[in-house]
Amino acid sequence: MANKIKLSINGYPIEVNEGTTMLEAANEAGIIVPTLCHHKDLCVAGNCRVCVVEVSGQKRLSAACATPCEEGMEILTNSLKVRNSRKHIIELLLSEHNADCTKCYKNGNCELQKLASEYKIMTQDFIELAPLRKYSIDMYSPSIIKDDSKCIRCQRCVRTCAELQGVNALTVAHKGSEMKITTFFEKSMNAVVCTNCGQCVNHCPTGALVEKNYIEEVWEAIADPTKHVVVQTAPAVRVGLGEELGFEVGTRVTGKMVAALKRLGFDSVLDTDFTADLTIMEEGTELLTRLKKVLVDKDKSVQIPMATSCSPGWIKYIEHMYPEYLDNLSTCKSPQQMFGALVKTYYAKARNLDPERIVSVSVMPCTAKKFEANRPEMHDSGYRDVDYVLTTRELAIMIKQAGINFMKLEDANFDRIMGESTGAAVIFGATGGVMEAALRTAYELVTGREVPFENLNITPVRGMDGVREASVVIDHPLKAWAFLDGVELKCAVAHGLVNAKKVMDAIKKGEANYHFIEFMACPGGCLGGGGQPIPTNPEIRQKRAQAIYAEDAGMPIRKSHENPEVIKIYKDYLGEPLGEKSHHLLHTKYIPRNRY
Amino acid sequence: MVTNYQLKRVDFIFRNENDYEDVLSKTIARKPQELINELISSELKGRGGAGFPTGLKWKLSSESKADEKYVICNADEGEPGTFKDREILSKVPFKVLTAMAVCGHVIGAKRGFIYLRGEYKYLKPELEKAISEFAYYCKEIKFDFSIHIFMGSGAYICGEETALFESMEGKRGEPRNKPPYPTNSGYMNKPTVINNVETLAHTFTIFKYGAKRFYDLGVQYSRGSKLFSVSGDTPKPGIYELELGMSLADFVDEFGDGDTKAVQVGGASGFLVPRKKFDVTAIGYQGKLTGISLPTGGSMMLFNSSRSMYNVLDNYLEFFREESCGQCTPCRVGCQQLIKGIKAVKRGEKNAKYLDKLLRLTETMQLTAKCGLGQSVANSFSSIVENFREEMIY
Ligand SMILES: Cc1cc2nc3c(=O)[nH]c(=O)nc-3n(C[C@H](O)[C@H](O)[C@H](O)COP(=O)(O)O)c2cc1C
Ligand code: SF4
Ligand code: SF4
Ligand code: SF4
Ligand code: SF4
Ligand code: FES
Repeated sequence: MANKIKLSINGYPIEVNEGTTMLEAANEAGIIVPTLCHHKDLCVAGNCRVCVVEVSGQKRLSAACATPCEEGMEILTNSLKVRNSRKHIIELLLSEHNADCTKCYKNGNCELQKLASEYKIMTQDFIELAPLRKYSIDMYSPSIIKDDSKCIRCQRCVRTCAELQGVNALTVAHKGSEMKITTFFEKSMNAVVCTNCGQCVNHCPTGALVEKNYIEEVWEAIADPTKHVVVQTAPAVRVGLGEELGFEVGTRVTGKMVAALKRLGFDSVLDTDFTADLTIMEEGTELLTRLKKVLVDKDKSVQIPMATSCSPGWIKYIEHMYPEYLDNLSTCKSPQQMFGALVKTYYAKARNLDPERIVSVSVMPCTAKKFEANRPEMHDSGYRDVDYVLTTRELAIMIKQAGINFMKLEDANFDRIMGESTGAAVIFGATGGVMEAALRTAYELVTGREVPFENLNITPVRGMDGVREASVVIDHPLKAWAFLDGVELKCAVAHGLVNAKKVMDAIKKGEANYHFIEFMACPGGCLGGGGQPIPTNPEIRQKRAQAIYAEDAGMPIRKSHENPEVIKIYKDYLGEPLGEKSHHLLHTKYIPRNRY
Repeated sequence: MVTNYQLKRVDFIFRNENDYEDVLSKTIARKPQELINELISSELKGRGGAGFPTGLKWKLSSESKADEKYVICNADEGEPGTFKDREILSKVPFKVLTAMAVCGHVIGAKRGFIYLRGEYKYLKPELEKAISEFAYYCKEIKFDFSIHIFMGSGAYICGEETALFESMEGKRGEPRNKPPYPTNSGYMNKPTVINNVETLAHTFTIFKYGAKRFYDLGVQYSRGSKLFSVSGDTPKPGIYELELGMSLADFVDEFGDGDTKAVQVGGASGFLVPRKKFDVTAIGYQGKLTGISLPTGGSMMLFNSSRSMYNVLDNYLEFFREESCGQCTPCRVGCQQLIKGIKAVKRGEKNAKYLDKLLRLTETMQLTAKCGLGQSVANSFSSIVENFREEMIY
């Protein structure tokens, strides 16, 4: 048990554990202290100084986020001294800031704006510095826009990229008034080792880092009568979208989301979950084939562990950082890209549409998917497979623009074809979900029996620990898989690239002997993706995860191979997993990239 | 010219004493607690600028429990107009090395570092020679302590102790949050004593001659002697070891050119004292002596009547604007506002009242900046603006 200390905040006595910061203590006491550089996901920086508080008897103010409480302290969070200083600091930040809120993408969801509005900073006494500065704006990345004129230099992005992602694409350069956030040699974001994961976007308090949005392009496509606009929605979107539209964190809004998409005017509202199930069929088969080649045929050209490939941030990361391991990646495209390839082939054929006329839009919890859709490989349908990628946030904006009262919508169902899914597909949205879905199917394929976990819930791969391990012993397999009898299938799950790095380094050192590893670029998996509603933090991600698993538990079918549409597509179109058509449409290859 | 001469020149620091072996072996034969008491009773305060009691610093580090501890000699000497540490390291390096080793003995550290200012690279070969000679002696007496040089990167902010640790750890030189203090968590998050070069040299004197010799110099709260780097409008610029507690009037009598208008005590982060306050200003740490009393890292810059105080202030502010690490809002943006602000007043774009807004801004900077740099911008700003307001406007 930690030692308790007693102190008072604004005159109210409170008892906290030793080591508690003043900010945490204030929050416990129900007092809000404004912050900007502080973020629950990140280490303490203490650089914005808006959280300053007064401690009786001390001349200087303390940064509440960075200072531990001490016995007997009398803390004042709203004394005149504090208020005046805090106001000065906000004014200073604004003087350096290109505060054209009405033209800013973050208008309405900006921590700086909120603070300025709370403190009613109506005039600018200080000299405007922003117009005198040569701020640059980087729009070259297909995923992210970086606008230095909106940056308050809180370094949240820098810490995010370093601590959560281990990528270090963003750094602090120069000092004094010239200090700024930049990239390697100040190159544009698309020319450096950046995974496009968007975690920096999710953690930026202002409009300095935002997704590149394709809202207008999508509206135009919808309005064009010659186009057939198809939209697919990723599993994690349905547990995040509600947050932007008035629902509690962790509310599932699948039916309302579908209804809203229909009202927006999409010609067909489909589900990425369908291709998530398809991914399991392909990837599961690929895993078993690899195992056979390694264990039975002793084929040295085949690599295990096999790593999942549905997270495009992770893909770009491994291409840059561990290019020698690209053969370990599953060749499966991500569900988004499988969907895109099928929309302009299988779907077009089934619906008797000219693929040329189809505009394929996806709604993703992810900014890296924008980059992925833009990759030159992703044209297997003969067209660009996915035309526009919207984030969960962009979809929320469109729903608001359309004047839809989201809360009042009646639930609707996905269209067919390519709208049917299973619980296994839904859990793709959470870290560990792909692994769980794959095991549900692979185990049954091999043994003819369900995975030996209660209610199909493979709990060892669930949770929020950065790296998790699990193993399943294969017992009495079917004849075709006899070589797997007694084999202990060793699996690992890593989310957040800093954890992916840990696993990869262990593999490199020969310290890990897994068969199958799920990697997700973002903390918590897609539900914590860079395109999800802001803010994000561990509690929010936990609640979204609960929603995902609740959605799974409520699905009538919970195993990918039982999805009737999946069965049908193999029968009618693809043939079999890893078959020739699959190979052409659903699989891809990777490119080694430089480390700098 | 010289009237009422009361400055006491002292000669401890640079006195050549070729007996470090003797001092070292005798001192480390004594118990750490005894040495701490000796230091505490000398009332030596840090000569790097902040004036923290050295004995207490060593005591706190000795009480911190850790598998590893460090001693760091801060030779970053970045304050404009200061060049005393360079002289100590080139003239009497063994005093500093001995003091570091004694500190290692007291707190339980086996490794020491000299963080040497980048521009002092030319000192490195000589210093390395001294270090290897010193290492040889330590080996001879079976005393386990090694000293290494770490070259600074040339940023002023890296002289700030926690930024210095960051820089040694290979990170960007940005000051850390305090607490924790270095005595608990410094370099590599281990308990660390970091002392200025001169502070360490004084401990040599104290261990050799006893605390009393040191304590008898100076005045209450400000004991001992100190090196001053005298520059500006003076016929005799240079480094002088003087007893603490002198009045600024006496100092100007000795070093002025007969036309001294003001003295900047303590460099850019110090205070400007105008002529009318020379009499009531004493140089030392804390405590009211004859009037106000100013701590200093040792820089004393004299200005005669040909100098524009506006330009002086502008120079200091430019220095801060450039040398601030830029991480915290009050310092990064505050410095820019101060510069732009005084310019606007000078040009008549803002009225004279704007100076008061700027004075309040420096108050905020003092209250909220993360480190000593931003906190001390108020010193020169307010002392110059308050005393030479006309020069700011016309
Ligand atoms: C901006 C800034 C720069 C500093 N530069 C130096 C320096 O160059 N040399 C130095 O000894 N102390 C410098 N200091 C003070 C150190 O942080 C620290 O207090 C000192 O090294 C402690 O040693 P002392 O107790 O012996 O004075 C600086 C402080 C600040 C805030
Ligand atoms: S970043 Fe925030 S404060 Fe700045 S313009 Fe955008 S909304 Fe306004
Ligand atoms: S880009 Fe955003 S997160 Fe990064 S320092 Fe600027 S304001 Fe902070
Ligand atoms: S998108 Fe991801 S990898 Fe790129 S800078 Fe942001 S956090 Fe780093
Ligand atoms: S006060 Fe200035 S130098 Fe110190 S941490 Fe803040 S910005 Fe950096
Ligand atoms: S929130 Fe505490 S200093 Fe930024």
